Amino acid sequence: MEVTRTENVTRIYKTGTVETQALRGVSLSIENGEFTALVGPSGSGKTTLLQLIGCLDQPTSGKVFVTGKDVSQLNRNQRADIRRGTIGFIFQFFALIPTLSAYENVEMPLLLTGTGAAERKERVTKLLEAVGLADRSHHRPDQLSGGEQQRVAVARALATKPSLILADEPTANLDTPNGKQVMETMTRLNQETGVTFVFATHDPRVIQYARRVITLRDGLVVQNPSGNP
Amino acid sequence: MIQLFKMAWRNLGRNRRRSFFSALALGIGLMLILFLAAFIQGEMSASIDSTIRLLSGHLQVRANSYDEVKTSLKWADLVENPQMLADQIATLAPVKAASPRLYATGILAVGEETAGVRVVGIDPLSEASLPYKEGLLEGDFLTPDDRDGILVGKALADQLGVKAGDPVNLSVNTSNGEVAEQVFTVRGIYTSKTYSIDSSFVLLPLAKAQAISQVENHASAIFILLKDKNQVDAVAAALQSSQYKALTWREMNELLIQLENMANSYIFIFYLIVLGITATVIINTLIMSVFERTREIGILTAIGMRSRRIMGMFLAESSLLAVGGILIGLVLGFIVSAVLGKYGFPIGQFKMTGILLTDRIYTILTLKDAVQLSVLALVVTLLAGIYPAWMASHMEPVEALHGGK
Repeated sequence: MEVTRTENVTRIYKTGTVETQALRGVSLSIENGEFTALVGPSGSGKTTLLQLIGCLDQPTSGKVFVTGKDVSQLNRNQRADIRRGTIGFIFQFFALIPTLSAYENVEMPLLLTGTGAAERKERVTKLLEAVGLADRSHHRPDQLSGGEQQRVAVARALATKPSLILADEPTANLDTPNGKQVMETMTRLNQETGVTFVFATHDPRVIQYARRVITLRDGLVVQNPSGNP
Repeated sequence: MIQLFKMAWRNLGRNRRRSFFSALALGIGLMLILFLAAFIQGEMSASIDSTIRLLSGHLQVRANSYDEVKTSLKWADLVENPQMLADQIATLAPVKAASPRLYATGILAVGEETAGVRVVGIDPLSEASLPYKEGLLEGDFLTPDDRDGILVGKALADQLGVKAGDPVNLSVNTSNGEVAEQVFTVRGIYTSKTYSIDSSFVLLPLAKAQAISQVENHASAIFILLKDKNQVDAVAAALQSSQYKALTWREMNELLIQLENMANSYIFIFYLIVLGITATVIINTLIMSVFERTREIGILTAIGMRSRRIMGMFLAESSLLAVGGILIGLVLGFIVSAVLGKYGFPIGQFKMTGILLTDRIYTILTLKDAVQLSVLALVVTLLAGIYPAWMASHMEPVEALHGGK
């Protein structure tokens, strides 16, 4: 079953009079349960594509579908609604709320979906155990290492049982051991829960974890092993 | 909602110094307007109190045709057998003192110096005359049978250069339209602590005032003081008759009350200005906070927080700042008002007629003023928080995640 699909999407950024075409017509499809890497050099359009699939941005032209729904022309709040229930994010810079503990950071998406207190507690505890941080749940981000912060981010991304998790350079700010630990956690969770992972990276050590690798260059897909949609 | 306020509280705690000084700015602004309100209330209360004690009493009984402005001495416009009427009124339970008074116009002359005066005939033994007796600075008070003694206010005495024991020439309008003249001895110099009275009122024993103005057994009014000011309407109703009218202090001082109400309206604009200035501090704090947390706003948006909730988060911060500032302002305001309520705020001698202003104001902070001004401060601060909150809620996720770039 298809989780997300793009149809000839383009994205042009305008800065004053200068136009930059980040994506030039990308069409691809991601199936349920995939563990897929988007690879390519800097400026190839990986992050832009992730942002479009993740409803953080809108295409200049073309269409984006998430769980069968066309999200290309939704407004800001409608896109927030899609993200809340369907998509989880893991960012390069960990992206935890600094005033909240690990527990509260993982809990935040569940609060936004209106999940009850008992269910929230059960889910958050289970997720922190799954990423190996049950004993650090009351620590704030400035009390956690980079790797621990990223694992909290992984747990948070999974909180609402999303259909899709998007990770943008998830190990870029981690050393090799921590990067390895995070990737192994993500791989394990993909296998255990069946959640689809799509991550953008140019790190060869990370690419090796992917079961499918889509290569972008200059805003176009140049290699797509599963074939065209 | 609880989570929003929890986050708001912690966000304010990120920069405690900035949050404290923002709240302090609001607190000082609130303290200032609380002090102002207490000052105005104290001034109004003192002014009304002085007016009641010295000029109008709580009530006056007058002939129906008497006009205070014209200061008529025609017998038809005066109260007949005033002492008998005053004695009857004094038997009423709520009445503390009832005393006849005669008002006339005249000129006081000392050598080449002259001054227009209001001649007041009082019963020196009545409790109603105590304020003048207690204000005696020099010489002696009057006695009922004093035939040539006169009391002069301090400001008038200074103007004419007289002291106790000096002779002065008093010319008084009479009931038949003529002028009677007599040399009096300044029996004493008094102060009412109000320039308006000290500069224009001369006091005579009632019997002497009646004799010189040829009104015989008549008086302009029965001056009445009550034990409880709140009884004034009930007593006024009881004293109304076909022959005489009973006027309450409110009716006799309509202009004063209107002036005070007008002052209260205008001062509201000043309150808004002060709070507006302090609100700019809050706006600045929150805008800085929004810019510092742009990426965090992007994260919250990314995990699905709607614009309204982001706005709610920043409004929660401004409301916590408001509460903190209001608490500081209330504490400071109460302290300042309590100290100045006890020791007074000196304002000097205002040379103003028409309103009785004492030289020292004792501030009175009412619960009503404290609540109203606190609510006003809260509303202004929340309004100030709307723009930064709106800014935060309308950030595009991608831009916010990149730190606003």
